[in-house]
Amino acid sequence: MTNGDSGLKALHNPDIPVPEELQSTIAITSLDRIYNWCRARSMWPLLFGLACCAIEMIAAAASRYDISRFGMEVMRPSPRQADLMIVSGTVTKKMVVPIVRIYNQMAEPKYVLAMGACASGGGPFKEGYNVVSGIDKYIPVDVYVPGCPPTPQALIHGFLTLQKKIESQSLRTVPWYRSGESTAIPIPLLGPDIIDPRQAELIRRQAEQAAAQAAAAPSEA
Amino acid sequence: MAENPAAEVTTANPVAEAIAALKAQFPDAVTEDDRKGYTGIVVDPESLVEVATAVRDTLGYNYLSSATAVDYLGKGDYFEMVYHTYRVPAGGPPLVIKARTPRDKATLPSVISVWPGADFQEREAYDLMGIRFEGHPNLKRILLWEGFDGHPLRKDWKEAYYEQDQKPFDSRWPQGHVHRAEERNPYGKNVRYPEGFTLDDFTPVGEAPNYEGIDLGVNVQEMTTPGLKTDRLVVNLGPHHPSTHGVFRMVVTLNGETVEDLQPVMGYLHRNHEKIGERNTFLQNMPFTDRLDYITSMSNNLGYALAVERLLSLGPRYQPPTYRAEVIRVLMVELTRVVSHMWAIGFLLNDLGAFYTPALYAIAERELILDFFEAVAGSRMMCNYMRFGGVFKDLPERIQGIPLLANDRVRNEATLDYLANIINERLPRAIDELDNYLTNNEIIVTRCQGVGILPPEMAIAYSAAGPLLRASGVPYDVRRAEPYSIYPELDFDVAVRYNGDIYDRYLLRIDEMRQSVRILKQLLPRLRETEGQPIISGSKAYSPRVPEGEAYGRVENPKGELGYYVVSDGGQNPWRYHVRAPSYINLTALGPMTKGHKVADIVAILGSIDIILGEVDR
Ligand code: SF4
Repeated sequence: MTNGDSGLKALHNPDIPVPEELQSTIAITSLDRIYNWCRARSMWPLLFGLACCAIEMIAAAASRYDISRFGMEVMRPSPRQADLMIVSGTVTKKMVVPIVRIYNQMAEPKYVLAMGACASGGGPFKEGYNVVSGIDKYIPVDVYVPGCPPTPQALIHGFLTLQKKIESQSLRTVPWYRSGESTAIPIPLLGPDIIDPRQAELIRRQAEQAAAQAAAAPSEA
Repeated sequence: MAENPAAEVTTANPVAEAIAALKAQFPDAVTEDDRKGYTGIVVDPESLVEVATAVRDTLGYNYLSSATAVDYLGKGDYFEMVYHTYRVPAGGPPLVIKARTPRDKATLPSVISVWPGADFQEREAYDLMGIRFEGHPNLKRILLWEGFDGHPLRKDWKEAYYEQDQKPFDSRWPQGHVHRAEERNPYGKNVRYPEGFTLDDFTPVGEAPNYEGIDLGVNVQEMTTPGLKTDRLVVNLGPHHPSTHGVFRMVVTLNGETVEDLQPVMGYLHRNHEKIGERNTFLQNMPFTDRLDYITSMSNNLGYALAVERLLSLGPRYQPPTYRAEVIRVLMVELTRVVSHMWAIGFLLNDLGAFYTPALYAIAERELILDFFEAVAGSRMMCNYMRFGGVFKDLPERIQGIPLLANDRVRNEATLDYLANIINERLPRAIDELDNYLTNNEIIVTRCQGVGILPPEMAIAYSAAGPLLRASGVPYDVRRAEPYSIYPELDFDVAVRYNGDIYDRYLLRIDEMRQSVRILKQLLPRLRETEGQPIISGSKAYSPRVPEGEAYGRVENPKGELGYYVVSDGGQNPWRYHVRAPSYINLTALGPMTKGHKVADIVAILGSIDIILGEVDR
């Protein structure tokens, strides 16, 4: 634990008195709070680096910045065991296919942190023909960390922001306890360009429009 | 172990002699490239392989450094393949060979039979430029996927977010409008489909091309061990795999545990440096070079600066970089080398299964150096520090932090003291520490010695560069072979090892770090002496006038020879900007090196090449 604030005392509901000598060992709190408190402090990130930003992610895990102070150091290579996907770098069209697949394989509750300009919106390579303008075009993102690359401090700030988000959730409303199966995100296809199956209808309409325009054009000329 | 190959004798101008000899031998097929600002010979495609063989065997240009294509749309309407060949290990300037093909024909003979190192580079030219190479055994897309629409590096190919051929775009400057490119795209993202395309009659090409030619072997094979029967099996390592050094993928065919074949699959980080680079002004490319091999941004900067300076030197008012600028450049580059080699060694250990602890030790000193970079250039990793004719800023007087709370202890040291401490104390100690812990470690010795051997002839043939080449007993280092900056006046040895296995590559990196420290020690007094002198020559022009012509600038990067091939048509932007990435070309040898080893050795061999995907895929 980093400091007293996030320790047991912080967890305790001050409206319910506990004898002073027990305050360091007993806390009375709501299920929501203890559930979120536990989750927020043992986020396991997916061991997964994409580009330059991944180097700063490694630096954040190394001795100087040491993310284990926040319970985040257990990097898991398997999506099945990870809670947090750090999209650390440029997402290319070729790579977004495995990323969506990996995201679908992660067990809920799962979170996504977009690290750096590229993952957030395309970054310096945005206009590149093989570059995706931000991972949020395909999968939902919880926290965006700006920077190119973000410094390790910035990444840690992103983690803390994520912890805040987790602590604001409630068991009653979180999607993963609703009945029914959760829907997977359709895997993009590699065609003449990347294809998001969710846009199939839009692609058809565009093609029809273009065809109509092409039919109209020669008569004008 | 270390020796100095600089003591070789060269004739006055070996390249001119070679060209004369070739013209005499092939009077009909070889002509000199007489365009202004260009060098080398133009060869008739019919005789390309024949001439190339003579170039290699008779003239001794046995090393194909870079092979790339240029689209001269509207300037003769042909594609030109440009080959830069060198003598290894003798050194000296390149013999540049060119072959042209009309744009509508787009076919050239493959030179893979002469220089096997052309393999991936020809595939890249096929993928991005659409040139077919006759005789190439495996001509398929390498960075993009099969089924991709068009060949993006052709001048008439436009990307989805296309605005104009050249920056600065009118929409952004001088009016300064801000908009998001997505808003102008009908799909709201970076895509563009061919006319009339719908999903109705579309079947994706899928994964099949990656497995082409692999005999999945349903037949059970009998191995030499009597009674043990093994199946052939195809295993995919990557692109998401904890030990593939980024988004790299290998399709491995195994027989039991033994590797029969390994095909690298890449392009998962293909960020289109070259297309973007053609849109950018010359200077705008500098920050992009940072992101090639993102561990070594400083030395990437230097290579690009050298290439453009070479072009600028064709013009009338060129001034070479000032002496202080050169000293600072070499300082940055050698610090970077140490960082990179430390990183490589740390993560090699990761690949051997010593998860993360050795890496933590190996990258501890990196933080000190990054703090220095940050104080000088403003960024830890993406330094964007060099400029044409010098560097962006002089070293600060002090390296200091900002106290946030009243009693904060922050660093506050004179820059030169800080550097002296790193160079004289910290780095040598850290290198010794690694050496002590690792060199005689039993596990390292057993897993690395004799594994992944690359014989010297093969290293040269496959265009391997850097530590990979030198650990195979070829003493070739661009800093000595074709010296640049102030390296000629610095005292250092070209490290070389002779076994060509993982262990020697590791030892070679240790040797090289020691040599770097030796260089750094010589720089400290030079920094003191030149204090206050200008750090850039000429004006700090944002868009210098770059004369027409071509230039190939290469530096000895920690990963190997990094080259930039830049073509200027006299405009504000490069006509062609190509990066010869050492990590990419070093991978050509990965398949042959892993053959016959166990599957667990693959990652160790890959780790010993030390690739960075930003540079592999570009
Ligand atoms: S945001 Fe910058 S540092 Fe991060 S991956 Fe993109 S280019 Fe690299």
